[in-house]
Amino acid sequence: MASTAETVEREQRLEGVGCARKRKEDPRFIQGKGNYVDDIKLPGMLFAAMVRSPFGHARIRSINKEAALALPGVHAVLTADDLKPLKLHWMPTLAGDQQAVLADEKVCFQYQEVAVVIADDRYVAADAAELVEVDYEELPVIVDPKKAMDPEAPVIREDLVGKDDAGQGRRSHNNHIFTWEVGDRAATEQAFTDAEVTIRQELLNPRVHPCPLETCGCVASFDKARGDLTVYMTSQAPHVVRTVVTLLSGLPESKVRIVSPDIGGGFGNKVGVYPGYVVSIVASIVLGRPVKWIESRIDNLSTTAFARDYHMVGELAADRDGRIKGLRVNVLADHGAFNSHAQPTKWPAGLFSICTGSYDIPAAHVHVDGVYTNKAPGGVAYRCSFRVTEAVHLIERMIDLLARELNMDKAEIRFRNFIQPEQFPYQSALGWEYDSGDYPTALKKVLEAVDYEGLRKEQAEKRARGELMGIGICTFTEIVGAGPSKACDILGVGMFDSAEIRVHPTGSVIARMGTITQGQGHQTTYAQIIASELGIPSDDIQIEEGDTSTAPYGLGTYGSRSTPVGGAATAMAARKIRAKARKIAAHLLEVSEEDLEWEVDRFKVKGLPGQEKTMQELAWAAYNDVPEGMEMGLEAVDYYDPPNFTFPFGAYVCVVDIDRFTGETHVRRFYALDDCGTRINPMIIEGQIHGGLAEAFAVAMGQLLHYDEGGNLQGNSFLDYFVPTAVETPRWETDYTVTTSPHHPLGAKGVAESPHVGGIPCFTNAVNDAFNQFGVTHVDMPHTAFSTWKTLHANGLDKRS
Amino acid sequence: MAKQAISFTLNGSPVDVLAEPRQLLVHVLREQLGQTGTHIGCETSHCGACTVDLNGRSVKSCTVLAVQAEGGEVVTVEGLATNGELHPLQNAFLQDHGLQCGYCTPGMLVRAFRFLQENPDPTDEEIRMGMSGNLCRCTGYQNIVKAVRNAAAEMRTKSESPTVEEA
Repeated sequence: MASTAETVEREQRLEGVGCARKRKEDPRFIQGKGNYVDDIKLPGMLFAAMVRSPFGHARIRSINKEAALALPGVHAVLTADDLKPLKLHWMPTLAGDQQAVLADEKVCFQYQEVAVVIADDRYVAADAAELVEVDYEELPVIVDPKKAMDPEAPVIREDLVGKDDAGQGRRSHNNHIFTWEVGDRAATEQAFTDAEVTIRQELLNPRVHPCPLETCGCVASFDKARGDLTVYMTSQAPHVVRTVVTLLSGLPESKVRIVSPDIGGGFGNKVGVYPGYVVSIVASIVLGRPVKWIESRIDNLSTTAFARDYHMVGELAADRDGRIKGLRVNVLADHGAFNSHAQPTKWPAGLFSICTGSYDIPAAHVHVDGVYTNKAPGGVAYRCSFRVTEAVHLIERMIDLLARELNMDKAEIRFRNFIQPEQFPYQSALGWEYDSGDYPTALKKVLEAVDYEGLRKEQAEKRARGELMGIGICTFTEIVGAGPSKACDILGVGMFDSAEIRVHPTGSVIARMGTITQGQGHQTTYAQIIASELGIPSDDIQIEEGDTSTAPYGLGTYGSRSTPVGGAATAMAARKIRAKARKIAAHLLEVSEEDLEWEVDRFKVKGLPGQEKTMQELAWAAYNDVPEGMEMGLEAVDYYDPPNFTFPFGAYVCVVDIDRFTGETHVRRFYALDDCGTRINPMIIEGQIHGGLAEAFAVAMGQLLHYDEGGNLQGNSFLDYFVPTAVETPRWETDYTVTTSPHHPLGAKGVAESPHVGGIPCFTNAVNDAFNQFGVTHVDMPHTAFSTWKTLHANGLDKRS
Repeated sequence: MAKQAISFTLNGSPVDVLAEPRQLLVHVLREQLGQTGTHIGCETSHCGACTVDLNGRSVKSCTVLAVQAEGGEVVTVEGLATNGELHPLQNAFLQDHGLQCGYCTPGMLVRAFRFLQENPDPTDEEIRMGMSGNLCRCTGYQNIVKAVRNAAAEMRTKSESPTVEEA
């Protein structure tokens, strides 16, 4: 079909796939008309405030509520003893463990929830929380995961004593959670035995927090007369929460409605189910009034969903030409006091086994031990697919270290090891089938854009003058879009996702998905997908998500799964509608379906100009003139179970200058090329990349949740926890290639997490590259000025000659 | 706690509220006056999500007592549009993709509203410095800077060419 100026114009009017159209969600946000959870105000609503532990590990001798209860305006003070008769003092975690809703006889981390006060307003609730007297007996604390499995280590989880399984396989110590292994151990050992060169490096992915600008919160409202429960909640997975609440409460799932309203950023923080949600629901059921719970920033950074805390040892075996023959990884994973990571249930280390990266590595073996410590529970994926940031950090640092060992260029060693375009679909040594990629083209494009050779020349000149300049390279591959239900489930529910599309008689559309936007712009991009599939302008397509009573069941938005899974479901549902519309068109035009061809927004009879029906006309006909035997209406639902994950990739270069005397690192340039397959809205993609790079910058250069030896969390407010302002944040240059996914209906792969996953190693590789010039092998993140100065000082680099 | 009568101007209209002396301006705006556009992100004056304009200055309303607004003029995001027409900053944030989750946006807009009165023709560096009291976790700031820069240009053009009413 030849496209004429007229069809092109019609197509442009749709603002479909590929159009950088403005976002449909923005008009309400720029006018202050968003509807976030703390904006919700229900009649008779009460407020919950938590009483939290000041100790990292302590036995609770007694709790005295009297003074708090005596305060006017206080309705209840609940402790574990009050929840016990309901069997709600513990709750299951998504990882097969259990977590105390309110501390049961002892506390296992600082800021743990001990009691909850329900009062008329947030001021009275906060006052009363101060009046709850808790008598503690302090216990020895473990914050270092390397000491967690010492023979004499104190027992953190007394509830698990005598149990050799904490939900993810056998454990060998009271503070051990699981061992997870993948790969061919014998073949990997052989590769190391035979290797010309081997390297080994300890690497830390420090404990950080996703820290969205809006903290977690909820409004629980139990209607005693109707017997139904509505919870407005900051959830990235409202349907999963509904199932969990059903299992916990005993209410039928049809009587539980979870609504995720506008969400002020998630980044993995809002996947899990937290004690605050559970106690608000219980309090609402008990008191028969709506109860609101909103985290403070300190609560947020201290209790809900930390990320990383991966203590890794990487080893590479290679030949002298830099070709990698084997990868061996040992990880000690600190999960804190409860194993409440939010990942597919069968994957205790998430998708960490993507750690062979973009390279053709014949043999690999990974061993991960998870341990308990007296730190906040979690282990969530902070703007990444499950443990993919850790995996990419590992391989991207290791390949740099190998280059250094062999005195080889860090770009050259990547070219020597890349999986080649013709090797796709590629089977990795650790069991994944990479869908598509073209890594050499991406890296070449970036190196040319930044004049890599010129940069290396400049670096050598600066080195001669004693100046520290670093060039970081990262060529990452992600694994996102969880996932095929044969591989992934959450509490037994397969990780499909869904879309339901309804075309109204006059040709506009309402569509609902099982995912939930938190800033990604789903209301815009999903509408663009439908616009292209159905020939209806995206402005006429309304997207709704987050209300479990109206949207079809879905697993939610995290791990870059919305476009790969929800977007695929959207395309498939739209195609079902178009197939029905084709039958209606054939009926109206009195031809067979085979005689019709689709053109932008209409079916045309082949070879008969003017004989056509637009989607608008077909929508009308669907409600009054359908072929005999056909149901009326024009709608479809699709539950999409992806055949595979998608594997977005990219090539990044970062250039830094380090002040020898202060340790200040200046990011001079950051060039990011991303390949996310088909690009649905280039404006939104670029925005996501900017944001992910800024979060990567934050992690690499400053974020850290540090516990002192007494189990006290240091730096859990914005005073100390590093969230960069516009002043520190570097300028971003973006670029792209397009290698479509062969198994996704649109060829799209997902993009929002790539810049975080790829950005972190790129920054840290840049800082390390600067140090490499002066003989320093490896420095761990975060590269704060102080940390960098310490390295400079220890190596005598800060001396003024 | 005894409540106190407070009167101030909110987005051009007089308001009277009863509030405890300890109540924060942000809570009074959001919970008593129903203006939920102003958000709370940190309670410690760092993030700027709660930024409002009080007597011609940007303030973080999470650390201003409501009683301090007595007799004053408060502008929030809800007051930026005039006669149903969006403020150039609001338009620019939409056009330049200066927002994603939208949570920091009201504070960003209200801060930029004051900043551009302080400095109508800023450089990018000045914008970054002038907006450094407002944190964003989604955008990486680049498009926010662009939006403020473009809004500034738009506002300068408007102030240079007389409007229909003035002509």
